[in-house]
Amino acid sequence: MIHDILLAPFALGFMRRALAGCLALSVAAPPLGLFLVLRRMSLMADVLQHGVLPGIAIGATIAGLSIWAMGLGGVLAGVAVALLAGWLSRRTGGREDSQLAGVYLLALALGVTLISAQRGIDLTHLLFGNVLAVDDTALFAMAGVAAVTLPVLALIWRPLIMESLDPGFMAATGGNGGLWHLTFLALVVLCVVAGFVALGTLMSVGLMMLPAIAARHWSATLGGQTRASVFLAVLASYAGLLLSYHAELPAGPAIVLTAGGLWLGSLAFGPHHSLIRPA
Amino acid sequence: MTPPPIILNHLTLQHGAQTVIRDLSGRFEPGTMTALLGANGAGKTTLLRAIAGQHPIAAGNIDTGGLTPAGIAVLPQISELDRGFPITCRDVVALGQTGRTGLFRSISAPRETDAALAAAGLPGLAARPIGRLSSGQFQRVLFARMMLQDAPVLLLDEPFSAVDTATARDLIAILANWRAQGRTIVTALHDLELARELFPQTLLLAGQATAWGPTATVLTEAHRQAA
Repeated sequence: MIHDILLAPFALGFMRRALAGCLALSVAAPPLGLFLVLRRMSLMADVLQHGVLPGIAIGATIAGLSIWAMGLGGVLAGVAVALLAGWLSRRTGGREDSQLAGVYLLALALGVTLISAQRGIDLTHLLFGNVLAVDDTALFAMAGVAAVTLPVLALIWRPLIMESLDPGFMAATGGNGGLWHLTFLALVVLCVVAGFVALGTLMSVGLMMLPAIAARHWSATLGGQTRASVFLAVLASYAGLLLSYHAELPAGPAIVLTAGGLWLGSLAFGPHHSLIRPA
Repeated sequence: MTPPPIILNHLTLQHGAQTVIRDLSGRFEPGTMTALLGANGAGKTTLLRAIAGQHPIAAGNIDTGGLTPAGIAVLPQISELDRGFPITCRDVVALGQTGRTGLFRSISAPRETDAALAAAGLPGLAARPIGRLSSGQFQRVLFARMMLQDAPVLLLDEPFSAVDTATARDLIAILANWRAQGRTIVTALHDLELARELFPQTLLLAGQATAWGPTATVLTEAHRQAA
């Protein structure tokens, strides 16, 4: 009985591949989400997940539904949007959030228009993803993103902490804060594109942000929050896929809903800064 | 530990479009403790940042005698730091070594770190997250970090403005100890009495009428001008 509910679904090849892809994403993306939250850049995740769509659309226009073409287009568009957002906030001083909102609405509309101009590409597939259709190529792409993200994040871990905590101290010890910030944003773009494969462009940062936001309620140190965020993301991937299988729900939304449920539970009952234990 | 003097030559600094320091010349000698006084917006923070190489110089120059960035330690106003960041006191203090070790080499030195925390008056709080400290305790953590930076030139921005009397007394003792070791110390202050009691040198920033020299002289002139 328990075996039927918890394990048997993963005897199916497409369920196993979906789980493997989501686990790769769950290990790599939440620590990045944590730094986005700590650097008060949560909105950037939304901007990037919409910002990559025009690039994905152009990739699909040129080469059809190829993971590599769409992925490359998405990464290029994401980097362009990240640079544009940084430049806008420096040039215009403050009010960054309103400009970011403008950028991502524009990018979403542009992407949807580009895709709709193509015949034979299913818009809902790109917007909502289809993790159960992950093939070997997509799986390798997601695993590759995780394999690049983790070591690079480990390398820039200390500069990122210093820059987030005390930018002046970073500059005083001879570090170039901008370089680490851009490296960090490049990793975020990679994970957003990997998330797009599984969860579609409208929810690609679901596994990046929701576990990261929830982790704050589980630990008061960065190391503890990182472990908590990865654990919650892994749990959401596994439980979400099971929910999708047994309740016959679309897999992407089921995973993000599960992650959202874990966040609400953490917000209410977590040991730190939660509703039952404020401050 | 005798660093070269820090020499300002006809230094002009701007904050945005506004000139906050105009044609300022003088020297901070090693082993001296200088109070940096002036109204809000007079350019105290801007000057400290310029000496640390963190603020562009509009005209003139600052000669630090070839000190590396790690040779000049800055203690920022605590309002500039993110005190909600999930990090322990021990880790904040340990990061003080980064200037000497570089960004990527190991900085594990638990004994020095805990000793610095104890010397700053926070024994036993090494594992506490900084979000659960009072302003005074947090300022002590930053002083402990500065101990591990072990820099010959120390620039402090309003270190006593948000702390209680007992903390201020302890931190002042640490400053005096640093000075006795021959370090160059420049401290932005807003408390004239504190400057008069503890700082032999004073640089008073007041637009065109800057004054620089022994505290007794500078503050007398300042009072005469104000009268």
